[in-house]
Amino acid sequence: MSLLEIENLSLAIHGVPILKQVDLSIAPGQIVAVTGESGSGKSMTALAVMQLLPNGAEVSGAIRLNGSELLNRPEAEMCALRGASIGMVFQEPMTALNPVKTIGDQVMETILIHKAMPPAQARVRAEEVLSRVGLPPDRFPLSRFPHELSGGQRQRVVIAMAIALRPKLLIADEPTTALDVTTQAQILELLKGLVSEYDMGLLMITHDLAVVADMADRITVMRHGEVVESGATQHLLGHMRHPYTRMLFEASGHQVTLPEPVEPQPLLQVSQVVRDYRLPRKALFDRPGHHRAVDGVSFTLNKGERLGLVGESGCGKSTLTRAILGLEEVQSGAIHLDGQPVFTGHRPNLAVRRKMQVVFQDPYGSFNPRHRVARLVTEPFHLLESPPTGAERQDRIAEMLTAVGLSPDDSGKYIHEFSGGQRQRIAIARALIIRPELILFDEAVSALDVSVRAQILDLLAELCATYDLTYLFISHDLSVVRTITDRVLVMQSGRIVEQGETEQVFADPQHRYTQSLIAAAPRLPQIGKEAV
Amino acid sequence: MLRYSLKRLLSLIISLAVASVVIFGVIEVAPGDPASFMLGVNAQPDTLAALRAELGLDVSKLQRYFNWVGGMLTGDFGTSYTYRTPVSQMIADRLWVSLPLALYALTLSTLIAFPAGIYAAARRGKPGDLAVMGATQLGIAVPNFWFAMMLVLIFAINLRWFNAGGFVGWETGFWTGLHSLTLPAIALALPQAAILARVMRSSLLDILGEDFMRTARAKGLSRRQALWRHGVRNALIPVLTIIGLQFSFLLAGSIIIEQVFYLPGLGRLVFQAISARDLIVVESVVMLLVFAVITVNFLVDLAYAAVDPRLRSRT
Repeated sequence: MSLLEIENLSLAIHGVPILKQVDLSIAPGQIVAVTGESGSGKSMTALAVMQLLPNGAEVSGAIRLNGSELLNRPEAEMCALRGASIGMVFQEPMTALNPVKTIGDQVMETILIHKAMPPAQARVRAEEVLSRVGLPPDRFPLSRFPHELSGGQRQRVVIAMAIALRPKLLIADEPTTALDVTTQAQILELLKGLVSEYDMGLLMITHDLAVVADMADRITVMRHGEVVESGATQHLLGHMRHPYTRMLFEASGHQVTLPEPVEPQPLLQVSQVVRDYRLPRKALFDRPGHHRAVDGVSFTLNKGERLGLVGESGCGKSTLTRAILGLEEVQSGAIHLDGQPVFTGHRPNLAVRRKMQVVFQDPYGSFNPRHRVARLVTEPFHLLESPPTGAERQDRIAEMLTAVGLSPDDSGKYIHEFSGGQRQRIAIARALIIRPELILFDEAVSALDVSVRAQILDLLAELCATYDLTYLFISHDLSVVRTITDRVLVMQSGRIVEQGETEQVFADPQHRYTQSLIAAAPRLPQIGKEAV
Repeated sequence: MLRYSLKRLLSLIISLAVASVVIFGVIEVAPGDPASFMLGVNAQPDTLAALRAELGLDVSKLQRYFNWVGGMLTGDFGTSYTYRTPVSQMIADRLWVSLPLALYALTLSTLIAFPAGIYAAARRGKPGDLAVMGATQLGIAVPNFWFAMMLVLIFAINLRWFNAGGFVGWETGFWTGLHSLTLPAIALALPQAAILARVMRSSLLDILGEDFMRTARAKGLSRRQALWRHGVRNALIPVLTIIGLQFSFLLAGSIIIEQVFYLPGLGRLVFQAISARDLIVVESVVMLLVFAVITVNFLVDLAYAAVDPRLRSRT
């Protein structure tokens, strides 16, 4: 018999349909992955099982746990089930824990709230589960606060809370999306281990198809609140019936063809750059310590070259980006663009600044919501001595919007009228409008759905052909960097540990760190072939 | 935690030192010589000189600053120019009214605001929330002296539960003293409670939307348990800031309420001293208020650290 059975589940919130007749079932010890793009209703399905839906939700259908119906259960009974019979792990480990309570208290709370055992015993159990998830109390005492732990460690605490009472069903909603690849691999391994050890059912919600293919026994693909296809992993990967499923997998492994780079001629020269951050003093009259975020980094970026920069969070990618943009002064070393220094004295060099533009990760946070698109894309004009005006300005706006696949008519709209992918197009238009020598893409496609990401990558390849772009593409996503760059730098704790032709580095990594990164990244299966 | 406290203490001492220089400077450059003001325009030059010497005005400014600060450190605030009594005594008398009144009002406002704010946040958008929000809107809009007059009208004149004004003094006993401060304390507390309740509500609503509240619910906590165990303490941080600001205001800003209830408080003392150009009293009271404000901020800082462990380690 199934552990969890969802039948004909429909959900509307304030009358807006969110889920339409969703069917799903999970057996004990089975991992079922629900995948789809944002807005497909996968998280809502999980919240419906937990009965933690937002206000105004109307549900119909059936959700049965071990044969007993969960829908329309009294709230008190659901409270008794949550945490005890169903555990849940969320996406964002940085905010999923209460910052003012110790990890011990928070893990024990799951046990104590269900009055499963007396406090002394609960403490022992908390230590046990924390050890099980890889946080042994001799190194991670129960008295630690969440802010004293890294993201991966916090996710372990969240998992410990969810499994403290050995629930029969564990729901994990994008549990590794916010984590680095090596941490992701460890957390996935941990979840797999727990499933077989406790014979739990795991409902795993994720947009990452490589993770899905790697982990799940069964896959359910959702779109617009409907299940479009589901089946056993191997079978589904081998025989995708629905075009949407096929599109999703194709988009995830999307490859672009970049035009041949032009004759090498140095554009950006970074030599021996060091960036220190001051740490707070340990004692009142102590000398303040330093954290070296970028440690003697040197590289050259040629005109017309597409260079990738990969590394895990905290490796110094962002600091290096800020230094190149002249947003922060470096302690030693030099950065030159076209032979001119980025910093002159203690001031950013404006002559260099106007030759660089940047596209950021978050398409929602990087625009002023009160400005129209015309004003947003012309923002870089303030760097120019005589910015175009009147008809010339209009022409430039129209040209750029057309170049990124939008319409010149869009210039009068506000940013909230656009989707995430369209916003990222506008960000690219904004970067391109002054025809910079160099563009920095800082995780520019990381927040996008796979299908949208594929379109943006195509756009970039197109723009490379039309405008001879030179860019530095910073990303933690190895598969994207592999297709969109000619050469790649691998960064670890402030240093560049390996660099070379992208294909060369990925096919035959030399440095141990690069090898571990590539090994940890989940691989997308070949579509249409039954995996062995 | 100890290092954090010491750091805050050091910053308190530096703030006080800077404040004393500023207060002394501002009041000294203000036009008007207290001695000539006291003796009138027809004063003889030698009488004036004698009075200036007596008041300690004949030495250099620097010397006077150090005399003033040194005196305050030993509890000697100097002698009032107009009343010819020790300033420390005058302030102490008034402080015995103003300080308890401020604490009383703050306690009342907290006791009203916390439940009201938490209640409203827990019932967001429902009639209970709307009622509380309407009441706080009213509390903010209506000036406190109007509350004061209404309170007098109802509880003193009609019901005769309280005196209409005056302070009986603490000699008559703690409870009688407190009794005579009750109406002014309520009048002071109501508008403050309205502000505080709104801050509590919005702060708690922010917290209720946090991821860890959802985590708490997923562990099996009921809505109410999650609110009390995980919400309230996190919501306290902005609320503490407002409480600190309100205490400073209540200590000195209650001059209108003191007038309405004939209370011999600090607000009235400052007002009289300014009109009489009694600089030494003004300086001392202002310094005292600055001291109170900075001390309260220090305590609020400590309270932050008690509430939020992230501040303890970020020394």
